[in-house]
Amino acid sequence: MTKQYETVIGLEVHVELATKTKIFCGCSTAFGGAPNTHTCPVCTGMPGSLPVLNKQVVEYALAVGLATNCGINQYCKFDRKNYFYPDNPQNYQISQLYLPICHDGWVEIETAAGTKKIGIHEIHMEEDAGKLIHDEWEDCSLVDYNRSGVPLIEIVSEPDMRSADEVIAYLEKLRLIIQYLGASDCKLQEGSMRADVNLSVREVGASQFGTRTEMKNLNSFKAIARAIEGERKRQIELLEEGKKVIQETRRWDDNKESSHAMRSKEDAQDYRYFPDPDLTPVVISNEWLQAVRDRQPELRTEKLARYQAEFQLPRYDAEILTGSKHLADIFEATVALCGRPKEVSNWLMVEAMRLLKEKEQDPEDLSFSPENLAKLIGMVEKNTINRTVAKTVFEEIFANDADPEKYVAEKGLAMVSDEGALRRAVEEVIAANPQSVEDYKNGKQKAMGFLVGQTMRAMKGKADPAKVNQIVRELLAEA
Amino acid sequence: MSDILEMTAVQLGGKIKSREVGVAEAARAALGQIRAAEPVVHAYVTVDEAGALKRAEEVQKRIDAGELTGPLAGVPVAIKDNMCTEGMLTTCSSKILYNFVPTYTAEAVRNLEKAGAVILGKTNMDEFAMGSTTETSAFGVTKNPWNPDHVPGGSSGGSCAAVAANECFYALGSDTGGSIRQPSSFCGVTGIKPTYGTVSRYGLIAYGSSLDQIGPIAKDVTDCAAILEVIASYDRKDSTSIPRDDCNFTSALQDDVKGMRIGIPRDYLGEGLDGEVKAAILAAARILEEKGAVVEEFDLSLVEYAIPAYYVIASAEASSNLSRFDGVKYGLRAKEYEGLHNMYKRSRSEGFGPEVKRRIMLGSFVLSSGYYDAYYLKALRTKALIKKAFDKAFEKYDVILGPASPSTAPKLGESLSDPLKMYLGDIYTISVNLAGLPGMTVPCGKDSRGLPIGLQLIGDCFKEKNIIRAGYAFERSRTYESPEITRNAQTGENNMYTKENLTYVAGDSKQAAGYKTDSIPGDSTDRITDDAVGSRTVGNAESRTGSTADIMSEGNAGSAAESTGKEAR
Amino acid sequence: MANVISDETIEYVGILAKLELTDAEKEEAKKDMGRMLDYIDMLNELDTSGVEPMSHVFAMNNVFREDVVTNGDEREKILKNAPEQKDGSFKVPKTVE
Repeated sequence: MTKQYETVIGLEVHVELATKTKIFCGCSTAFGGAPNTHTCPVCTGMPGSLPVLNKQVVEYALAVGLATNCGINQYCKFDRKNYFYPDNPQNYQISQLYLPICHDGWVEIETAAGTKKIGIHEIHMEEDAGKLIHDEWEDCSLVDYNRSGVPLIEIVSEPDMRSADEVIAYLEKLRLIIQYLGASDCKLQEGSMRADVNLSVREVGASQFGTRTEMKNLNSFKAIARAIEGERKRQIELLEEGKKVIQETRRWDDNKESSHAMRSKEDAQDYRYFPDPDLTPVVISNEWLQAVRDRQPELRTEKLARYQAEFQLPRYDAEILTGSKHLADIFEATVALCGRPKEVSNWLMVEAMRLLKEKEQDPEDLSFSPENLAKLIGMVEKNTINRTVAKTVFEEIFANDADPEKYVAEKGLAMVSDEGALRRAVEEVIAANPQSVEDYKNGKQKAMGFLVGQTMRAMKGKADPAKVNQIVRELLAEA
Repeated sequence: MSDILEMTAVQLGGKIKSREVGVAEAARAALGQIRAAEPVVHAYVTVDEAGALKRAEEVQKRIDAGELTGPLAGVPVAIKDNMCTEGMLTTCSSKILYNFVPTYTAEAVRNLEKAGAVILGKTNMDEFAMGSTTETSAFGVTKNPWNPDHVPGGSSGGSCAAVAANECFYALGSDTGGSIRQPSSFCGVTGIKPTYGTVSRYGLIAYGSSLDQIGPIAKDVTDCAAILEVIASYDRKDSTSIPRDDCNFTSALQDDVKGMRIGIPRDYLGEGLDGEVKAAILAAARILEEKGAVVEEFDLSLVEYAIPAYYVIASAEASSNLSRFDGVKYGLRAKEYEGLHNMYKRSRSEGFGPEVKRRIMLGSFVLSSGYYDAYYLKALRTKALIKKAFDKAFEKYDVILGPASPSTAPKLGESLSDPLKMYLGDIYTISVNLAGLPGMTVPCGKDSRGLPIGLQLIGDCFKEKNIIRAGYAFERSRTYESPEITRNAQTGENNMYTKENLTYVAGDSKQAAGYKTDSIPGDSTDRITDDAVGSRTVGNAESRTGSTADIMSEGNAGSAAESTGKEAR
Repeated sequence: MANVISDETIEYVGILAKLELTDAEKEEAKKDMGRMLDYIDMLNELDTSGVEPMSHVFAMNNVFREDVVTNGDEREKILKNAPEQKDGSFKVPKTVE
């Protein structure tokens, strides 16, 4: 390869909003129902049914638009996008083309290369499609409309990204903003956040963009990174061979690490958009906009600064804690109960993060109550349990949201500080390990550690380690 | 019984209230007339005899219990077959919905039910309301009760013919470009297309969503005002529904037009207007003038542009509205196909008739890449200009008066040969839909062939009361005339038209029945009539006569449709 | 006719509209559409510059629902009219992406 190429990437990010009901009907958006149990005439396209807009969808879209520095179209409309596919019951999708609710925003991303602004072309509201399941048995497909009509916002970026790193940073940034707003949980795996990658390559220094392709079916950050690399290579190879890149939609297969074109003769890609006559325009008054602005919660950047100032946390701690809205919420709720921010931070950053990593989970999956973590911290502080035991108890809290007080009582894990009991235990250990006592006398300091360890073990870890240390030292001196 | 059938809806409602007529008695009278007249008229796609009689008993009980006290309680009604009725076939007179049984009822129909209406069945129409003659129905042609060689108009031809032939006491129709007013005119009955947004569209199977409105069809203005009062409602399920607090339409039933300013657009009286129609319209205007109205001619302008603008807008919306009929969720799925897209194409090509296809094709084209601005936006701009022209006119006039159609009902088969010519027949009605205005047709005479002529009265938005008042005042000057068939049928004889017309009906029904015989079980030996007019009878409580090829067995329509659906596989 | 509709256009519109026309129907459609478009071209006589396209006749806006679940499980009803169904779902020919 003699020429140097630059990759140009724009993203279309679909986010499922956290409303209770669908965008145009009163059906639940809850995950996991049996097929077609969250459906009605509206979201299955029954003849004669009509859509009515869920106000909360507009509220969320505005919140995201404001948080991403967008201009707001205070007069916006819905359009129909016409195409035939069975997951789309009306054979048109209600979306916004001509007057989307938000336009011309930006977010700032940080990568190893520094900070950079990524432009947002527009954000529009639309409805999600149903789900198609392939039935291997009968070689047919089955349509489930439970997701049909779930509200989405589509965030369309400018072609401002140049690498997979920037793309991931941009997605992380969007995810944090939207999670902080409570507008969506943004889970890639569950599909509540989905990204289509528009990618083209051009020779470094070229003023015009190359022909772009659109890549779909990207279910994780890793898949996105691999797809970007794969598509970049594919396009460069085509150009090197003197061929042309065709503007098309491609589907990424992350197992095969390759993509294929989704075009067919029957897909004219001519969506015949026109204003939906069944819906009226949305007019957003200055008062409404101000009310949304006033309700905007603290976003990550502000929280990051506040954690350092208010809780005297190191920047590193604050970054990890605010890296997930859910984690930050647990942190703040726990501190509100028991104070000791640095202690709370340590439990979350060290123990919680370790367990999440072991179980390959995200901070969003944390499901214990702050009350129980606060209790645990209180118990350690009051020397009710020692640190080693506390770690075991925390695992119970993490896994089952166990009440640490009950758990410790049930399992008899309370710390033993009783002088007599401890002294008896140490005496037994010393009597059983004459060699270690000898070693200690011969100057081997390690032998004392061994004896302390044996005592702790005999006490099933519940002994007050400071006291055990003290007693071992005393008895060894006497011996 | 004969005197019952001649009553208007409100008159019958009064007699039911005073216990002079029973609800079941009224329903039986209508059902009897349906049996007598249907062989000729074929106004219905579905007749629900058992359901109507059962419902009549329930309504009677509720009237007796004092729960139903409205003017229409117990009065039998016919519903155009593009309004969803739970448990009762709703076909839009299209093969693609030949077995569709809705699981919910249209809001307008629900309003009627709440007021104690007894639904007799569903009336024939142009397929998906696309047409002006009711000849594009997949279930056979409806005949004009005044002369079965002629069309009843359309698309609400079934509803209007049923009212004219006394096969119901009133009916609901829908009007997208004149579909209530033009057939009302052709059939000599009264119909109102209300201001857009007055009657909920929820459950009305959409043709052109921005133009469609449901409205009443009845024997006189009083009925129409009373019915409209019942069906008008603000419906949160329809985003285009408009909250109104001036829906006491019957308060406008006053024989008083003194000082009312009435304008007649010169553009409505020019070239293309039949001489006899023109004379009848001008005579009607004179009567209103004599009653104290101030009548003058004026230039409305833009009249000829309404038709092209309408066909762009309505076809565009229809192409999208009708895309949901694809063989996946309901209705017809082709038996043979290869893969998904072929299934779509086959099902839709088999399911839709030529006029529907024509409009879907046109609509898809005008919205397609490169043509949207030139056609669709241009049409929406034209619509804005037309609205403005009306706004200007209504600064000067309370009511605009004119014909509903350039001629009286054409002969069967005349119109479909030239679609464009048929479209031009909508010239006086179409702009009313584009501007969202209320419009009404009142009978105002007959031509030399004995075919009815309708007077159209157009009001400003939300000013139904003006046209109701003018229509009522005019109506006072004449008596309601019903066609011969209403008298012949009452005697129980086969009426004069039956024989000569049978051949036509039979010939026509072959076409309509072609797919039905292979998809719907049951033999055709025990039919309601000798010909297969294509009407279905749902159940039969009195005597089991209903079982044509497509007549359903006893029981509810839902299970019958299921069995037909299974058979079709 | 000023508007001559090509075979390709009819084919294309057929793909958009999911209609399969016979050769005879195609010829008819070409003729009909050409005539209609000629007629519609009459609109070009009108000066509409500066006129806002009017979708809705009335300036209604902000018609909303509150975000409250009002619908329960209606699966049986929803599937009632399905030409083919399986396992509580609508059955369609295999879709490939």
